[in-house]
Amino acid sequence: MSQTATISSAGPTASQDARVEARGPRPTPFFTPRKIVIYSILFFACLYFLFPLYVMITTSFKTMPEIRWGNIFAPPIEPTGEAWIKAWTSACTGLTCQGLSPGFWNSVKITVPSTLVSIFIAAVNGYALINWRFKGSEIFFTILIFGSFIPYQVMLYPLVMITRELGIFGSLWAVILVHTIFGMPILTLLFRNYFASLPVELFKAARVDGAGFWRIFFEIMLPMSLPIFVVAMILQITGIWNDFLFGVVFAGTQNYPMTVQLNNIVNSVQGSPEYNVNMAATILTGLVPLIVYFVSGRLFVRGIAAGAVKG
Amino acid sequence: MADMTVEQARKGGAGSLTRFLRNIFLRNLSAKIAAAPMMATVLVVFVGCTIWTIWYSFTNSRLLPSGDFVGFEQYQRLFATRRWNVSVTNLVTYGAFSLVFTMVFGFLLAVLMDQKIRFENAFRTIMLYPFALSFIVTGLVWQWIMNPSLGLQGTMRNLGWTGFTFDWLTNPRMVLYALLIAGLWQGVGFVMILMLAGLRGIDGEIWKAARVDGIPTWRTYLSIVLPMMRGVLVTAVVLVGSGIVRLYDLVVALTDGGPGIASEVPAKYVYNYMFGAGNIAQGLAASTMMLLTVMIIIIPWAYLEFGGKGNRK
Amino acid sequence: MQHSVSIRDLSLNFGHVKVLEHLNLDIAEGEFIVLLGPSGCGKSTLLNCIAGLLDVSDGQIFINGKNVTWEEPKDRGIGMVFQSYALYPQMTVERNLSFGLRVARMQKDEVERRVKRASEILQIEPLLKRKPVELSGGQRQRVAIGRALVRDVDVFLFDEPLSNLDAKLRSDLRVEIKRLHQRLKNTMIYVTHDQIEALTLADRIAIMKNGVIQQLADPHTIYNKPTNLYVAGFIGSPSMNFLEGELQGGTEPVFRANDGTVIPVKTYAFETAPNGGAVKGVLGVRPEHIAVGEAAKAMPFATEVEVEIVEPMGSDTLAYTKLAGQTLTFRADSEINLRDGQTVLVGFDPGRGSIFDTATSNRI
Repeated sequence: MSQTATISSAGPTASQDARVEARGPRPTPFFTPRKIVIYSILFFACLYFLFPLYVMITTSFKTMPEIRWGNIFAPPIEPTGEAWIKAWTSACTGLTCQGLSPGFWNSVKITVPSTLVSIFIAAVNGYALINWRFKGSEIFFTILIFGSFIPYQVMLYPLVMITRELGIFGSLWAVILVHTIFGMPILTLLFRNYFASLPVELFKAARVDGAGFWRIFFEIMLPMSLPIFVVAMILQITGIWNDFLFGVVFAGTQNYPMTVQLNNIVNSVQGSPEYNVNMAATILTGLVPLIVYFVSGRLFVRGIAAGAVKG
Repeated sequence: MADMTVEQARKGGAGSLTRFLRNIFLRNLSAKIAAAPMMATVLVVFVGCTIWTIWYSFTNSRLLPSGDFVGFEQYQRLFATRRWNVSVTNLVTYGAFSLVFTMVFGFLLAVLMDQKIRFENAFRTIMLYPFALSFIVTGLVWQWIMNPSLGLQGTMRNLGWTGFTFDWLTNPRMVLYALLIAGLWQGVGFVMILMLAGLRGIDGEIWKAARVDGIPTWRTYLSIVLPMMRGVLVTAVVLVGSGIVRLYDLVVALTDGGPGIASEVPAKYVYNYMFGAGNIAQGLAASTMMLLTVMIIIIPWAYLEFGGKGNRK
Repeated sequence: MQHSVSIRDLSLNFGHVKVLEHLNLDIAEGEFIVLLGPSGCGKSTLLNCIAGLLDVSDGQIFINGKNVTWEEPKDRGIGMVFQSYALYPQMTVERNLSFGLRVARMQKDEVERRVKRASEILQIEPLLKRKPVELSGGQRQRVAIGRALVRDVDVFLFDEPLSNLDAKLRSDLRVEIKRLHQRLKNTMIYVTHDQIEALTLADRIAIMKNGVIQQLADPHTIYNKPTNLYVAGFIGSPSMNFLEGELQGGTEPVFRANDGTVIPVKTYAFETAPNGGAVKGVLGVRPEHIAVGEAAKAMPFATEVEVEIVEPMGSDTLAYTKLAGQTLTFRADSEINLRDGQTVLVGFDPGRGSIFDTATSNRI
C-alpha cells in the first residue's frame, strides 16, 4: 500500500517505470524542467544585476578612442589605468581639477567622526530607553520612530539656519553634526531593539549584584553587543558615505564629499566627456561601501534592513 | 537617617510629596542624564524644525525666512505651478510602477532562492550589491549605459541592428522608465532579501502539512505562505514607499530632471526653491507636502507595528 | 520575634491593572517559603518587588526589620537566582561569581575566599575558568545559585530556577537546593508553578491567584486542609474530586449529593460547626483517598460504581467513574485488576476530605 502511494506521488519520472518495484531512495535527476527554469531565471536576473558592474569596469580600463567605437560589451583591447589615475588626481569637478582624492578625504573626515559619535550616543540611549524606563521614555521613543521617517527636506532649512548660527555652516563640522543627528533615531531604535532581545534577567541580576547605570552598560551590555555594533557601523559607514544631499547643502564647495564631487565630474558640462574617467571615478566612489559589503557579508543584510527606514 | 527613611516610607502613600519628587527627579537619574542630550536634540531637530518648516510654509519668506503670514497662498501657488504638478505626476507614476515591480520581482526572486538551490550565497551577493552603492553611482552607471550614441543603443546599432532604439534618457515620455530600471536595479535585491527572510521564517511544518494535504507548491505560496508573510510585506511596502517619496539623488545623477522637466520630482523641487530660486516658503510648502505623504504611509503602519509591542516589564 | 522578611499591605498596579493587592506576608528567619500559582498570578512580580527590581505602588517591605521599600536591590541583603540563569555570557564562571563583589570594591583575598567557598559548596570548582556557554543547564543553574551565595546575604530569592531543566535534572537540583537550605539555614523565597517542587521544598507554601495569597500554610495543611475550592483544585494531581450537593448539619451531619446520594460526614472536623439547616456545598475527596474493593467496606461511606476508563500509570492505576452523576477519579493499586465497564465497590472517609461552602467557596 505504501509503495503505490510512493509511486503515485513521485512525479512523472518515477511513474514512467511504475512497474519497477520502488525501493531505496527516490530517484532525483539533476536536470528536472523545474530546476532548469529556476536556474535560468536566476541566471538572467544576475545578468541584469552584473551588467552595470561589467560596463563600469571595462569602460574604465578603455581609452577614449576605443570607447568612441561604440561597443560597451567589448572588453578593453589595451587595458590602461590612465583613466583611474586621472579620476583620482586631475579630473575637473567644476572649479578645480584635482580629481576625486580631496573628495575621498573629505568623505573620510565626515564618515569617521559621525559614525563613532552617533553610534555611541545611540547605544547609550537605546540602553537607557529599554532598561531604565522613566516617565516620557515611551513618548520619546515614538518621536524617534517618526523622526526616522521624516523626509530630510522637511528639516533641511531650519538646520541650515542652526548651523549658520553655530558658525559651522559650509564646513565639514556642519555635515558631521547633521549626519550624527540624523543617524541617531534609527541607531537608537536598532540598539533599543537589540537590548530588548537580551534577557531582562541579566539586567536584573546585575542590579542585584549592585551594578549601576554605566557599569551595567559597559561591563554587561557592551560585551554582548558586538554584532549590533558591527551592524550599526555598516549602516552608518555606507549611509554617510553614500549621502549626497547633506554634502551638497552643508559642506561648502571646498569640502564636498566624494559623491558630490563625482556628480560634478560627470555632470559638469566642460569640454568633451571622458567616459572612461567617469566610470573610474564612479567605481572609486562606490568602492568603500562595496568593500564594506563584501567584507561584512550577512551582517550587511541586517544593517540595511535596519537602515532602510532612514530619511 | 535610616529611621527617617523608614518614617517617610511608612507615610509614603502614592500621593505623598516626597514620593512624587523622588519619582520625578531621582528615579533612574543616570538614565535621564544619559538620555538628556539626545532628547534635547531630538526635540529641537525633529519636532522643532518640523514645526518651524510647517509654520513658515504659511509665510511669504523669499530669500530669508521672515515675512508675513499669508495662509495657504504658497500651497495655492504650489499646485498652480506646472513644474510641481509634473513632479507629483512623475512621482505617482514612478512610485506605482516601482512599488509593484519591486514587490513582485522581489517576491518571485525570493521564492526562487528558496528552492534549496545551489550557490545561494553567490546569487544573494550578486542581487544585493547594488544596494550598497550610492544613488549617485547607480545613476551615473545607468546614464552611461543609456547614453544614446555610445551606450547600449549605439552598440546595438554598430553591431548591425540599426533599428534598435533605447533612447529613454532623451525621450520625455520614456525617461521615467529609465529611472525605474535604475531604481529597480538598486532596490529589488533588498526586497528579495526581506521576503526571503519572511519565507524562511515560516514554520517548516506548514510546508509538511501542505504537502501531506496534496496542495501544489504554487498554491501553497499564494494561499498560505503569502498571507502568513503579511508583516514582512507591509514592512517592505512601507520601506519602499517612503523611499520613493524621498527620491532625489538618483534623479540628480541620472537625468537632472530632464529632458526639460520631464523627470522632475518633489524632493528636487524643494531643493531648487530653497537653495536655487530663493523662494524659501515655496520650498517649505513643498517639503510639508512631502511630509504629509510620508505620514499617510507611515502612521497606520507604525500603529500596527509598534502599537502594542513597546511594552516590556 | 523579628521577621526575616515582612510585607505590609503591598500593592502594585501596572496602569489600571492591579497585579498585587494589599498583600501581607511575614517570613521567619531561616524559613523556606514557596510562592506557588499559575502563570500570571503575581508570584514572580511579588518576588521582583522584594528584590527591588520593581517599584511598588503602595505598601512596605521590611528585610531584617529594615524598611527597604525604596532601597536599591544591592542594598537589600538579597541574592537572586533566575529562571534563565542570567549568567553574564562574556565572563568566566569565576568572574560571574565575583562580579557583584568587585562592584562593591571588596578586598581581593576576601573575594577569592568567598568564590572558593561557594564553588566548594556547589561543587563547581572545575568549572571556574569556563564561560557559561560551555556549561550544561544544571551547571549553569549551580553557578547562578553560587552568584547569590557569594554575596553572603540573608535572603535568597529563586525565580522558577528549575523550569528550564529537564525532569531528571530538576529532581536532582531540587534535592540539592533542599540540602543547601539545610546547610545554610538562610531565608529562601522560591517562586514556582510546579506543585511537586512546592510540596517537597517548602516550610510554608503561599498559593497565589490574581495577586492575592489564597492560603499560606505548611505543605501538609495545604494538601489536607485546603482553605478554599481554588487551593483544593490547584494542589494534587489528578486533582480533587468535587461532588456538588447540600450539607445538612445537626448531630448526625450528612452530605446529600445532587442526585440524593447521602454521605455521612460525622468524621469530618468542621472549622465552624454547621447549624441545623441545609447549606449548598461541595464535598472534595482526593483520588488517592478512595479505597477500592475489600478495603472500601471499612470506610464510612461505600458504594458500587462502574469504571468508565482505566489509565495504568505503572506504579498505580487511575480510574474514571461516576458517583452520584458526577465524575469521580480514583487511584488504585496497580495490583488490583481493573477493566473498562467493570463494576467495583469504592469507599472513602469524608473525614479526610474537604467541604466547601458553594456561596463563598471557602472551607466549612
